[in-house]
Amino acid sequence: MKAWLWHHLDSLRFTLVRLARAPFSALLNIGVIGIALALPAGFYVVLANLQNSARALASEPQLSLFLALDATHADSAQIEARLKQHPGVRGFRYVPRDQALAELKEGTGLADVVDSLAQNPLPDAYIVDPRDSAPQALEALQAEFGRWPKIAHVQLDAAWARRLQAGLKLGRLAVAILTALFAFALIAVTFNTIRLQILTRRDEIEVARLIGATGAFIRRPFLYFGALQGLAGGAAAWAMLWFAIHLLNDGLSELSQLYGTRLELSQLSPGESAVLLIFSTGLGLLGSWLSVSQHLGRSEIQSAN
Amino acid sequence: MISFNRVSKRYPGGFEALRDVTLAIQPGEMVFVTGHSGAGKSTLLKLMAALERPTAGTVLVNGQNVGALRPSAIPFLRRNFGLIFQDHKLLFDRSVFDNVALPLHINGYSRGEAARRVRAALDKVGLLGREKARPIMLSGGEQQRLAIARAIVHRPAILLADEPTGNLDAAYASDLGELFTSFNQVGVTVIIATHDESFATGLKPRVISLRQGELAPSGGTPV
Repeated sequence: MKAWLWHHLDSLRFTLVRLARAPFSALLNIGVIGIALALPAGFYVVLANLQNSARALASEPQLSLFLALDATHADSAQIEARLKQHPGVRGFRYVPRDQALAELKEGTGLADVVDSLAQNPLPDAYIVDPRDSAPQALEALQAEFGRWPKIAHVQLDAAWARRLQAGLKLGRLAVAILTALFAFALIAVTFNTIRLQILTRRDEIEVARLIGATGAFIRRPFLYFGALQGLAGGAAAWAMLWFAIHLLNDGLSELSQLYGTRLELSQLSPGESAVLLIFSTGLGLLGSWLSVSQHLGRSEIQSAN
Repeated sequence: MISFNRVSKRYPGGFEALRDVTLAIQPGEMVFVTGHSGAGKSTLLKLMAALERPTAGTVLVNGQNVGALRPSAIPFLRRNFGLIFQDHKLLFDRSVFDNVALPLHINGYSRGEAARRVRAALDKVGLLGREKARPIMLSGGEQQRLAIARAIVHRPAILLADEPTGNLDAAYASDLGELFTSFNQVGVTVIIATHDESFATGLKPRVISLRQGELAPSGGTPV
C-alpha cells in the first residue's frame, strides 16, 4: 500500500519534472486551454450576473389583485380566506389603499400630485406570490382570481418575465454550446500533447513493457500529465477571468456613477471556481485517456527485436 | 521450470523460426542455446518470456501456459525473468541509477529499498562508481554490464541473455561467463543464447543446439 502510494507520488513528481523541463511548450498548452475555458466561463459570468440583477428587479412573478372600490371588510376577509386555502398560492401580502397611496407618495416623488388629489383613487390590493411561476400556471391563476367576487382587476407582468426567461434560456444554451465546443478543443489539445509524448518516450515504454510493466503502470504518467495540464489550464482560465472582471468593474464603476446606480460584475464563487477546476482536470484526463488508449492500446506482446 | 512441448513459431510472412521443439529446463540449470544466426535462438528466448506466442504447441513457465495467458497476466509472468537484450535497450535519457531502478519501480518497491538494491546490483557488475553517469558515457562493455544489472536487480528466478558477448573481446567474454556462473551458483536459472561456442566451453553448461529452427541431435538433450 505504501509502495503503491509512493509510486503514485513518484509518477506525479516525474510528471512535474517533465512539465518543468519543457516550460515553454507547457505554458503555451496551458495558455491555450486557459483561453478555451475562459471564453465560455466569462460568458457564464455575464449571464449569471444578468440573472442576479434580473432577480433583484423582479425576482419572481407576482400577481396583483385589485379589489373593487366598493369592497367591504367582509369581502376582503373572504378573499383572504380563499387565498389562504388556495393550493397555488405560496404567500400573499395585503396592501390597504392608504398604505399604497403613502408608498406612491414616497417612492415616486409625485408628492405634489398625490396631495392635490381630493380622494384616494387607489383600491385595496393583495400581492400574491404564486407557488408555480410557469407562464401557463400564472395565466390560469390570473383567470381564476379574476372570476372571484369583488375583484376588479388582476395584473400579471407575465410578458416581461417571459421575455427575460426566454432571453436567459437562449444565453444558457449559447453557454452550453460554447462549453461543448471549447471542451472539445481542450480534449484535442491534450490528445495531441500526449501523443507527442508517447512518441518521444517510445523506447522507455517498450523497455518497461518488456520487463513486466502493466498497462496501468505505463499509462499512469500520461494520465497524470493530462490531468495536471487540464488543472493548470483551468487555473489559468480562472486567473484570466478574475483579471478581466476586475478590469471591467473599474470601467463599470465609472459608468454607473454617471447613471447614479451601482453596476458590478461579481467574481466566480468558490463553488463555481471548484467546478471550473474539476471540469478542466476531468477534460484533461479524458483527452489523455483517449490518446493513451489510441496509441498504447495495441497488443501487449511486442517483438523484442 | 520451463518446458516446450512440440512448439513451432511461424512469423507473419511465412518464415518458420522454430519447428516442433520439445525441451525442458529445470530450476537452477545453466543452459546455453547455440546455433548460427537465424537458427531460432532469439525466438526460443522470446517465447519463454512471452515476448512472442507460439503458433503451435505449448510453452509452460512455472506451470503456466504462456500461449494462453490473458494479456493482463503477461507482465506478471515477465517479472520472473531478467532479460538481457542483444541491443541492451538502455534508456539514454536517464542516469545509470535510474536505468537499473526501472524494474524495481515496476515491481513496486519503496524508494529506500529500491536504492539499496540498485547499488547492490551495480556493485555486482562493477559499476557502483558510475551511478550518476548517463549510459552514453559508458563503454560497450560497461553498457553490457549495466544491462545485466538491470536484469538482475529485482532478483528474478530466470535470467535470459540474448547474445551477451555480442561484439565484446574474448577476455571480456570470459569475465562475463564468470558473472553468469555466479548468478547460477545462487540458484538463478541462466539461459544464454549465443553463436559463440568458445564462450560456453569453459563453463561446462548444458548446451541446446538449434539448426534451422529444429533441435540439433548433437547438442540437444533428449527429454
